[in-house]
Amino acid sequence: MAKSAVQEFTKGLWAEIPPFRLVLGLCPTLAVTKSLENGVGMGVATTFVLVCSNVLISLLRNVIPKKVRIACFIIVIATFVTVVELLMQAFAYPLFLKLGIFIPLIVVNCIVLGRAEAFAAKNTVIPSLADGLGIGIGFTLSLAALSVFREVLGSGTLTLPLTGASLSVFGPAFQPFSFMVEAPGAFVCLGLMLCVMNMLGKK
Amino acid sequence: MRDLIKLFVVVALFSAVAGGLLAKVREATAEKIEIQQLTFVKGPTIDQILEGCSNNPLEDRFKIEDGERSIDFFIGEFDGARNTVAFESFGKGFGGDIGVMVAVNLETDEIVGIGVTTHSETPGVGSKAKTDPGFADQFAGQAITEAFSVKADGGSVDAVSGATITSRGVCTAVVDSADIYSRLKDEILKNIEG
Repeated sequence: MAKSAVQEFTKGLWAEIPPFRLVLGLCPTLAVTKSLENGVGMGVATTFVLVCSNVLISLLRNVIPKKVRIACFIIVIATFVTVVELLMQAFAYPLFLKLGIFIPLIVVNCIVLGRAEAFAAKNTVIPSLADGLGIGIGFTLSLAALSVFREVLGSGTLTLPLTGASLSVFGPAFQPFSFMVEAPGAFVCLGLMLCVMNMLGKK
Repeated sequence: MRDLIKLFVVVALFSAVAGGLLAKVREATAEKIEIQQLTFVKGPTIDQILEGCSNNPLEDRFKIEDGERSIDFFIGEFDGARNTVAFESFGKGFGGDIGVMVAVNLETDEIVGIGVTTHSETPGVGSKAKTDPGFADQFAGQAITEAFSVKADGGSVDAVSGATITSRGVCTAVVDSADIYSRLKDEILKNIEG
């Protein structure tokens, strides 16, 4: 455990970036990346849950008995997910309507439980915070990249997060490549992006 | 044995703290969420069917307890008189309940307009009941007591093409709203004057 907090943070941005390197959390990745706004919204919600649960679990790691640790992790994670769900309803209702069931499903996102089990349960608070933040931001960036790719090709638009403004990229004559915004299109995009990442990594 | 009790106590404590925390958050956000739901789910439909009213129906609202549920009523002011109320009722559609907002003129008991609020109908087919204004317009101007049904069932309503079940659901919702209206009219009038 000689790694510094900075290293724990940066590993989430490239070396272990989800969902490309850790091929976890594919359900929301495939489902919500139809538009940039949805992708970033999902990423931010997951980051919040990841950071909070990592910090709390690493604080409580000596209190939680080994035998019931998974149950305790799930309680912590589910609590934060519900908090996110309520906050999103209160402050970003249109986004909540678009993400729908995928917000409560963060509870069963393997990235969150995976980081709790593999990292936060064995490390102190600061590295856990850095780890959660790094993986979370990495996840958000991945979703953003994937959704930009899919939205631009699949519907010819780019929806900016926060403002909700929809920009037309190719102009009105563009015939949408609608395969890209369907679930199989997400698989193909994900595969191609992973391929490019591996090619870059080899050099 | 001691171990077992410890496991039990830890999980119970975790759950209790989590439950308490969530109850607090829920309480703190409940009001805000209700406003958001009104604005984004019911708001657009209300604006559409009460078009041209001189007040803000989303703020001018009251609740009436009807058995186990409570219904929101939105007041519309036309020509200086608070003579219209809009409220939501439900009918069974193809993919679940369809919410229909019905606006009724309190003086003539006529429908001012209807609009679908929430639904889970097939996109592009049943969903046209919400987006095609021609369908909803058939109800406007008719007496609320009319027994609406689609033409396939011997009624007078032209169904959205390919979506008879959805259209039937909307009719059921409007007929149900007539039921609510006649049952609660006295209370509605009391609330508007008060």
